[in-house]
Amino acid sequence: MAEFRLPKNSRVAPGRRHNSPEGMKTPQKFEIYRWNPDQDEPPRLDEFFIDLATCGPMVLDAIIKIKGEVDSSLTFRRSCREGICGSCAMNINGVNTLACTQSIGDLSKTIRIYPLPHMPVIKDLVPDLTHFFEQHRSIEPWLKADETHLTTERLQTPEDREKLDGLYECILCACCSTSCPSYWWNSDTYLGPANLLQAYRWIADSRDEATEERLSKLNDSFALYRCHTIMNCTNACPKGLNPGKAIGAIKSLISKGGN
Amino acid sequence: MSTDSRRPISPHLQVYRPQLTAVLSSLHRLSGLALVLAAVGLACWVITIALGQGAYATYQQFLASRMGQGLLAFGVVAFFYHLGNGVRHLAWDVGYGFDLRNVYRSGWLVIAFVVIACLSVLVVWV
Repeated sequence: MAEFRLPKNSRVAPGRRHNSPEGMKTPQKFEIYRWNPDQDEPPRLDEFFIDLATCGPMVLDAIIKIKGEVDSSLTFRRSCREGICGSCAMNINGVNTLACTQSIGDLSKTIRIYPLPHMPVIKDLVPDLTHFFEQHRSIEPWLKADETHLTTERLQTPEDREKLDGLYECILCACCSTSCPSYWWNSDTYLGPANLLQAYRWIADSRDEATEERLSKLNDSFALYRCHTIMNCTNACPKGLNPGKAIGAIKSLISKGGN
Repeated sequence: MSTDSRRPISPHLQVYRPQLTAVLSSLHRLSGLALVLAAVGLACWVITIALGQGAYATYQQFLASRMGQGLLAFGVVAFFYHLGNGVRHLAWDVGYGFDLRNVYRSGWLVIAFVVIACLSVLVVWV
């Protein structure tokens, strides 16, 4: 059920100011969501200042600088810093994106950072993605085909290979799924845009032989049809992919197949 | 890994910047709800005809009041919005207009349609 308000223990309290902008050439204010499982306190929004004159261009550069120079307890995931690992997905100024590909210069005034929306928080900007990856496992994200008769590698025409463009690039950062109000209210049963796009990636693969099985498994009023074409997913995707379109394609295949 | 039951839920509606996509989607639901209520109002209007002159006159009087006119105006907006956005949904259902640029274009087009349609109603009937 849609629960519009945050539960009591999740409401964000006013936070602390960690440093001052004094002496900075080009100060930039950051407000960052904090929650520490070892302290019996509600989440809060802390204030930091960074001198852009001595900071890299991306939001990730800034929060690494904050962790290095202001508060070493600030916790977040990061790895590749070039938009391919999907670790540093977070909500920056109200929109889900990757901190490593979001330029500070493109944002206005105070930069406000929250973890990916409507997720259980492990610490600070680190959400618990266990359920998200369980759902990914449930769509069986591997090539399913009978291999007994194979004597050569499995060939694919360039045209069939092209059908995977815009699908295989998904890095499972969860930006889209956690931007989707339907996923907020129904993530227990609804697979969400990222995992439905992943499911379609295998359905669209000419080498996969389990299309019927995959479609009939998805033909469920919750797993698939909680998608109401809101399109926040496509709006959020930091890789410029179109999960909304992929879900539309699954729906269309199911309606044509009559199962 | 054990799950800490004290874990907070990260903010969602409270912090997500309103997107044209989500705003139009929720308006589609709200206008649908408004139309269901409008259908009840319409049924009541028909019932008052069956009940006789007195009841009908009272209902007409209510519709002519400021509140009645407000409700009617609200119903007209909801009707045209649900109609326009419904066509948008039909296009998606047959696979058209999924590209982000077209999602925004069709969204603004629906808004323009509602404004023009409502103004036409104002000009023709009021």
